[in-house]
Amino acid sequence: MNHQVLAPAGPLSSEIAQLFWVFVAVAAVVYLLVIGFLVAALRRRNEASMRTALRTVSVAVAITSVILLGLGLSDFFAGRALAATPHDPLRVRVTAHQWWWEIEYSDAQPARRVRTANELRIPTQRPIELELTADDVIHSFWVPSLQGKKDLLPGYTTRLDLIASRAGVYEGQCAEFCGFQHAHMSIDVIALEPQAFTAWYDAQLSAAAEPQNPVAAHGRDVFLGSTCVMCHNIQGTDASAVAGPDLTHIASRRRLAAGTVPNNPANLAAWIRDPQALKPGTHMPATQLAGDDLAALAAYLSELR
Amino acid sequence: MCLRFPELAAVLLAMTGVAGCEREQRRFSEPSGDALTITTPLTDIEAGGQAQPAVAKSPYDENAFAISEGQRLFEWFNCSGCHAHGGGALGPALMDDVWIYGSEPDQIYSTIVQGRPNGMPAFGARIPRQQVWQLVAFVRSLSGGLRKDVEPGRTDSMQMRPAPSQTQDNP
Amino acid sequence: MSPLEQTWADKPGILGWLSTVDHKRIGLRFVVTTLVFFALAGLLAAVMRLQLARADNHLVGPDLYNQLFSVHGTAMMFLFAVPVMEAVALYLIPLMVGTRNVAFPRLNAYGYWLFLFGGVMLFVVFALNIGPEAGWFNYVPLSGPEFSAGKRSDFWAQLITFTEISALIGAIQIITTAFKMRAPGMTLARMPLFVWAMVVTSFMIVFAMPSVMLASTFLITDRLVSTQFYNPAEGGDVLLWQHLFWFFGHPEVYIIFVPALGMISEILPTFARRRVVGYVAMVVALVTIAFLSFGLWVHHMFTTGLPPLGMSFFTAASIMIALPTGLQIFCWIATLATGKRVQFAAPLLFVIGFFFIFIIGGLTGVMLGATTLDSQLHDSYFVVAHLHYVLIGGAVFPLFGGFYYWFPKLTGRMLSERAGRWNFWLFFVGFNVAFFPMHILGLQGMPRRVYTYSAASGWENLNLLSTLGAFTIAVSMLVFLVNVVMSLRRAGRAPHNPWNAATLEWATSSPPPAYNFATIPVVNSRTPLWEQKFPMAEVTGLPDILPTVLVTRLHDAEPDHVAILPTPSLWPFLAAIATTVMFVGSVFTPWAVVWGAVPVGITLIGWFWPDKEEAARMLSIEVKPSEGEARVVALREALS
Repeated sequence: MNHQVLAPAGPLSSEIAQLFWVFVAVAAVVYLLVIGFLVAALRRRNEASMRTALRTVSVAVAITSVILLGLGLSDFFAGRALAATPHDPLRVRVTAHQWWWEIEYSDAQPARRVRTANELRIPTQRPIELELTADDVIHSFWVPSLQGKKDLLPGYTTRLDLIASRAGVYEGQCAEFCGFQHAHMSIDVIALEPQAFTAWYDAQLSAAAEPQNPVAAHGRDVFLGSTCVMCHNIQGTDASAVAGPDLTHIASRRRLAAGTVPNNPANLAAWIRDPQALKPGTHMPATQLAGDDLAALAAYLSELR
Repeated sequence: MCLRFPELAAVLLAMTGVAGCEREQRRFSEPSGDALTITTPLTDIEAGGQAQPAVAKSPYDENAFAISEGQRLFEWFNCSGCHAHGGGALGPALMDDVWIYGSEPDQIYSTIVQGRPNGMPAFGARIPRQQVWQLVAFVRSLSGGLRKDVEPGRTDSMQMRPAPSQTQDNP
Repeated sequence: MSPLEQTWADKPGILGWLSTVDHKRIGLRFVVTTLVFFALAGLLAAVMRLQLARADNHLVGPDLYNQLFSVHGTAMMFLFAVPVMEAVALYLIPLMVGTRNVAFPRLNAYGYWLFLFGGVMLFVVFALNIGPEAGWFNYVPLSGPEFSAGKRSDFWAQLITFTEISALIGAIQIITTAFKMRAPGMTLARMPLFVWAMVVTSFMIVFAMPSVMLASTFLITDRLVSTQFYNPAEGGDVLLWQHLFWFFGHPEVYIIFVPALGMISEILPTFARRRVVGYVAMVVALVTIAFLSFGLWVHHMFTTGLPPLGMSFFTAASIMIALPTGLQIFCWIATLATGKRVQFAAPLLFVIGFFFIFIIGGLTGVMLGATTLDSQLHDSYFVVAHLHYVLIGGAVFPLFGGFYYWFPKLTGRMLSERAGRWNFWLFFVGFNVAFFPMHILGLQGMPRRVYTYSAASGWENLNLLSTLGAFTIAVSMLVFLVNVVMSLRRAGRAPHNPWNAATLEWATSSPPPAYNFATIPVVNSRTPLWEQKFPMAEVTGLPDILPTVLVTRLHDAEPDHVAILPTPSLWPFLAAIATTVMFVGSVFTPWAVVWGAVPVGITLIGWFWPDKEEAARMLSIEVKPSEGEARVVALREALS
C-alpha cells in the first residue's frame, strides 16, 4: 500500500509518523495504568484508606499534567519544523474541482508552464511548494505517504510542502466531502529521479502527438467534431476549453477520471462511452458516439503520451 | 424510483411532499435517443392546412438539480459570452419577456441545437441532448417563470443578476 | 383521591395525554422518542456498513449514501445524543432536588412537541428524497445555493432551528429548577452531581446554541433571499460557516458528554457503596470542562490553513481539557477503591464499559488535538473511530447504565439482569469490533464520507470486519428492546430503592406519583437516604388546591416563597403545531415567517389566558402581609 500514514516516504511525513508513535506509546502506557488501577479497585476486598486514595489521585493529576505538557510541546516543536520555509522549492499550483485536480507547474516563463490533471509528478529530494485553491466547494489534498493534508478553499490560497525521499508512486485522495464523487477524487503523486523528471517535464511541454495511423486520425476528427471540445483542450489542436481536464498527454497518466480506473484503452473507451456508469454524478456526460467512432477516438487518445 | 417508502408517502398528502419528489430527483444519465430529441418547426404555418406541430415537454421544468446543472453549463459553455448572464450583450437578453424564436421548451431547445441567424451557433453536435434540456430549463428559469422552489438561488460568484428564485415572473 | 392527587392529576384519555405538563410523563415520552430516532439512525448506519462491506459495492449509489450518512449524523447528534440527556434530566431533576415539577411546565411540553415535530420532519423529508446530503455539519459552499439544489439543505437548517429551540427550553428548565426549587437544606454543596452536570450542560447549551442558530439562519437567508454571508466573491467567507458551526459544535459534544459524567457519578458510588471521593473537585472539574470546551473549536479546522501560532493555542486547550476529565476518572477509581466490596450489576457493567472505551477515545482525542498529527488524521476514518469511541463510550454506555439503573424508578419494574449482561457484552464486543479497525483504516489513508472504495486500496477486509461488529451492536440493541418489553410485562413491582442508593429520587415510590413526594423533604446531607433517619423532616403548609411548589434561595436553599405552577393545557401542543407550520413554510418562502407568526401568536395568547377558576383559587390562598406576620408569630409561639 502506498498510501499509509505509517509508511512515510519523505522527511515531512516521517516527522509526523515519529510523533505519532510517541503519542501512541504514551497513550498505551497511560491506558494500561488507568485500567490497571480500575481493575484493582474493582477487585479489592479491603477498603483502601482515604489518605492513600487522595495521594494517588494527586500524583495521577500531576503526572497527567506533565505528560500533557510534554505531548503539547513535542507537537509544537514538530509543527515548527514542518512549517519551516523550504529552500528553492518547485512551485505547483493545484486547483481542485468537483471531482478532479487541475495542476499547473509554475515557471517564470509562461511558455514553460505545464498544465495537467490528476497526476502530480515531482522530482525526488526537492521540496515542492503547492499553492492550493478550489474552484467550487472545499476539497482537501491528502497524500499520506508524503505529508499531512491541506484544505483547498474557494476564495483562499493555502500552502502545502511535499518532499519525496525516493522514487515511487504515492496515492492520495480528496479528504473533504465535496459531493457525489468525493470517493473517486484520487491524486497520484509520482516521484521521479531528477533527470527522469526533467525528461518528463520537457515531454509535457510539447504539443500533442500527431496521429500515427488513419484510425487515430479519424479519432482526432471525431474529437474535434463532437461534444468533447466544449470542455477539454489538446495543445496543438483547436480544442482549447478549460472546463475539464487537459488531455494533451492523457495516455501518459497512470489512472483515469481522478483515480477511478487504471488507464488503458479498454477503460478509456468505457469511460468515454458512459462516464456515469463508472462515476455517477460526474460532470462528464455520456457521449452519443457510435461504435467505430468511439474506437477511433479511444485509439487517438491512447497515443497522446 | 422517486419514493423509497411508498407506504409512508401515501400517508403524507402535502403538495410540497409530492411536488418535492420530482424537484429533488438527481438523474445523472437519461436514456439517450428519441425520448429527448425533437424537431420543432420555426413557424406553425404549413402549406395545405394546419398540421399539429410536435411539442415536446421540458423534462426538467420541475427538477431543481437539472436547472442548477443548466446554470453551471451556461457558464462553462460560455453562453455568457454573448448573453451576459442573462442580461444580453451581443446576443439578446434571456431574462426578459421578449423571445425572438419562442419561449416554449421545444422552441428554446431548437434554438440551441439548430442555431439561429445573426450569431447563435448550432450546438447540436456539441452538446448532448440531456445537457441541452438542462440549459433549456435554466434559460426558462432566468425570466422567473418556473416554480419558485425549483429555481436556483444565487451563485457563489460576483452577483451579475438577481437569483431566478427571487425574480418575478417575466413570461 | 386526596386533594394533592386531584390537583396534580391529568385529564383522562387522549386529551390528558396531549395536555399533560407532568415532567415525568413528558420526560418518559421524550426518552422513548429519542430512542426511536436512535434506532432509525442506527438502521441508516447498518445500510452504510452493508455498502462499505465490499469494495466497489453497488448496493447504494452516491446520492443515497450521502443522504444516509448526513441523516445518520444529524439524527444521532441533534435528535438523540443531546435530547436523550435532557429528557432523562427533565425526568430526574425535580425528583433529585425534592420538588414537584420543573419550573416552567407548559414550556416543557412545548419543547417536547417541537422536538418531536422537527424530528419527524427530518425523517419524512428523508423518505421523500429531500434528506440533507452534505454531512451533519453541512459545510458551505457545498450546502450553499449553487452546489446544493432543491430544498435538502434548507430542511437541514430548519431541523437545527427546531432542535435548538427545544434544547434551549430544556436548558432553561434545568437551570431554573436546579437553582430555585431545591428542597430546603439542599445547599449547592449538597446537590447531586448529576444535577450539577446538567446545570453545567445547560449553561453550555445557552451559550453554544445561538452560534449554530446564527450559522443556519445565515445559510437559510443565503439560499432563500440571496444574502452573501458565505460568498467569497461578494465579501463573504466560507470559513465563517466553520467558525460559527464549530463554536457550537465543539461544546455540543461536551453537552452530550457531561451529562453522562453526571450519570456515572450517581451510579458508581451506589455500587461502590460510598459517596464519591472529591465532590468539590468533581464539581470544579465539570465547570472547567465547560469553560475549556468553548476554547477548542478551531481543532476542527486545523487543515484550513489558519496561522500556525493561533492554532497552537487551540492545541494547548484541546490537550488541557484532558486534565479535568482525567481528574473525574481518577476520583471514580478512588471511590471504587475506598468503598466496600463492589456490587456488580448491569448498571455498573455499562459504567465499566465506559472506562474501557472512553479512555481510548480520549487518548486518540489528544492525538487529534495535536496540529501536526491532525494534519494526517483529520477527515479520515481515524476520526470516525475517535468520535464513536468518545460518544458511544463516553455517553451511550453511561446512558445505558442509567437506563438499567433508573428503569425501576421510571416504570416500577426491574430490567432482567441476565439479559442486561448479554446486552452489555454484545454491545461492548460489537462496538470494539466495529470501530477499532477504523483507526487502522484511517492510518491506511481511507477518508471519511466515501460511498465506496477500490479493491486495490486494501481496505476491504477491515471494512468487512467493521460491518460484522456493527451488526453485533444491532443484535445487542434487540436484546435491550426485548429486555424492556419482557420486563414491563413481568409481574412484581420494583421496590422504591432497589439499589440502596442515596439520592432523593429513591425516596418515593416506583414509579413516583404525579406529585412526586407526598411531602417535600428537608435535606441535611449530600447522601440523604444514607445518612438521614426516616421519616425525614418535611415541609408543611404548601397549599394543595393548586399545583404549588416551594421556591428556595440559590446558595443555601432556604425557603423563599411559594410558586403556583400552571395546570395542564392543550395550548403548548397547538403552539408547537403552529410553530412547525411556520418553520416548514419558511423553507419555501420568507413570507411564512410573517404569516406564520399569526397562528403562533394566537396559540401563545391561549396559553397565557387566565382561567377564572384558577384565579379564584389563587385569591383564596393569598395571605395579606399583616395576616402573614400574625401567622408566623403564632407559629413561633406554638413551637417554642
